[in-house]
Amino acid sequence: MTDAADRRAPNLVLLFLVLAGATAIAASGFVSQAPNRLVSGAPLPLWRAASVPVCASIGVLGAFLVAAAFRPRSRAIAAAVIGAAGALLLLLLDGAGAAAASLAATSPRAARTSLGPAFWIASLCAAFAVLDALQRLSAGRRTRLAAAATIAVLVAVLAASGRLDALSIAREYAIRRGAFVGELLRHCELVLGALVPALAIGTPLGALAARRRAAAGPIFAVLNAIQTVPSIALFGLLIAPLAALGLGGVGPVPALIALTLYSLLPVARNTQAGLLGIDPAVTEAAAGMGMTPAQIFWRVELPLGLPVFLAGVRIVTVQAIGLATVAALIGAGGLGTFVFQGIGQYAVDLVLLGAVPTILLALAADFGMAMAVASLRRSAQ
Amino acid sequence: MIELQDVVRDYGGRRVVDRVSLAIPEGAFCALVGSSGAGKSTTLKMINRLLAPTAGRIRIGGEDVSTLAPETLRRSIGYVIQSVGLFPHWTVADNIATVPRLLAWPRPRIAARVAELLELLRLDPGTYRDKYPHELSGGQQQRVGVARALAADPGILLMDEPFGALDPITRGALESELGLIQQQARKTIVFVTHDIDMALRLADLVVIMHEGRIAQQGTPLEVLEHPADDFVRAFIGSDEIGLKLLTVRRVGDRVRPGIVVSGDPLAPAATLTEALSQMVVRRTDRIPVRDPSGAVTGSVGLSDLLR
Repeated sequence: MTDAADRRAPNLVLLFLVLAGATAIAASGFVSQAPNRLVSGAPLPLWRAASVPVCASIGVLGAFLVAAAFRPRSRAIAAAVIGAAGALLLLLLDGAGAAAASLAATSPRAARTSLGPAFWIASLCAAFAVLDALQRLSAGRRTRLAAAATIAVLVAVLAASGRLDALSIAREYAIRRGAFVGELLRHCELVLGALVPALAIGTPLGALAARRRAAAGPIFAVLNAIQTVPSIALFGLLIAPLAALGLGGVGPVPALIALTLYSLLPVARNTQAGLLGIDPAVTEAAAGMGMTPAQIFWRVELPLGLPVFLAGVRIVTVQAIGLATVAALIGAGGLGTFVFQGIGQYAVDLVLLGAVPTILLALAADFGMAMAVASLRRSAQ
Repeated sequence: MIELQDVVRDYGGRRVVDRVSLAIPEGAFCALVGSSGAGKSTTLKMINRLLAPTAGRIRIGGEDVSTLAPETLRRSIGYVIQSVGLFPHWTVADNIATVPRLLAWPRPRIAARVAELLELLRLDPGTYRDKYPHELSGGQQQRVGVARALAADPGILLMDEPFGALDPITRGALESELGLIQQQARKTIVFVTHDIDMALRLADLVVIMHEGRIAQQGTPLEVLEHPADDFVRAFIGSDEIGLKLLTVRRVGDRVRPGIVVSGDPLAPAATLTEALSQMVVRRTDRIPVRDPSGAVTGSVGLSDLLR
């Protein structure tokens, strides 16, 4: 296929996303309405939940995206897709908030309006359409950052304006406003509190594995074995020995220990890979020039191994953010508290209050670290 | 003066270098030649203590290298390797400045030295100073590698097959430039190569190694005229030994004063190979030779090549 023909071929990714979003909207509930927060609700499709202008706008934006998919590829089209899909994302959220508000006006106080599958799938499709268009723009780090920040700010403005307050997840939040900030901070504390010792222990282990082949086998055998223990089991296994040591079998201490143990393998593995990836001729030349072992490490090995090492830190951060939710089981707190409370009460929206911020935190950390690694790669090339 | 005295190096139960004794005078160009596995590189790396001898003694200027701090020793010795090993995250200027920075030279002195070395290695400082190694060709990278080794003006230069990975034309150019640098700066160069022709052409002292031992050492002429054994004879190529002899002999030593013929004269430093080649090209058996002042005072004939 020639270049020009390739550019004129329809954008199948975008078409698929629009089709998937439209199917979800047609076949499943946009919101669901329940008499109280503990029972599961009845699904309401978009056209019955949202106002006519909202439904029409969503339809127009969808049609626009279909038309854009058939246009020859260009930067202008990609930019337009980003705008339309971003607007669609906000419109879906605002539409859900408005639907909840109008339903609340005619229902008893205990009634709850939750987000339905159609909302989640259509929003996900819109988000993927934005990502795909950014890819097609071959957007640089700044553009991606700007796009992500714009959408995040607009969602925050929407939430702050009170237009989403009638949604069940927002009402769960309103009840726990004070606790939420505390648990969010505790969650970050758990993650950072595990990262620091994981780096302090994992980095030297990885460096040792890179320097001495004989040490690499046992080190990774142990770290791999730790990684295979299910997280709940590890939390449980730590209770008895820690209680015997007088540190308390529950609470933040075992959680930090478990999170640290899980973080060791990626840190050590990437430290080793970073160091082994350096051309041996470079370190031989460094030694031959008269650098001391410390100078070789700081001036040559560290800067050259840093991108791979930071990729490991990125994995560990995202992994720790996710795993820290489980720590709530042993009383360590964090966003997992809401997840387990919600599971205990069969309150799905309370689970979401814990899960959605965890996912957003992980995405933000991943995105931020990816940016940092990319800028390092660029300056170190 | 670099002296090796009964130096032995064992590696994994195998004797890689076996009782090597060698004296390299100051300002000499010494080529360590041999096939791979002969122990050339190992011998070289023991001089700057990248490897430690199992037994024996190495002295530089009378001082036992094992008594010096390895880093201090290495900063006073230039080191060039086949795979170059430029620091990929540093610019050309930063790479060349490695040793001066380790020695804490003042910045202006470093900058001036970098520019001087780039000129010496025929790389325009304005163009190349701020480039990164991956932006350079293989030949340019090795020029930077040589400049980096020369940066702190070391008296000794150790080179481990420095031009082995380059194409023949680039290699030839770099070898002859290295010869000029050596003559101007009077460096002591120890050069590891498997290329016997290069060794015969450039070195004052040829050391032929075989299975960890020195098979023969001497001037190129000595080695060619009196090969020590069958291995040396085979290694230098017994079929072409006559032609190689012509390569190491100079026209100036065979000139017949007083017999003047017409035509472009050869310099006295020209090799007999060049003289023979000119005879074939010009279809004559006698070529004029000028003296160092430039006057044509004699000539060299076909029979003079055989004397």
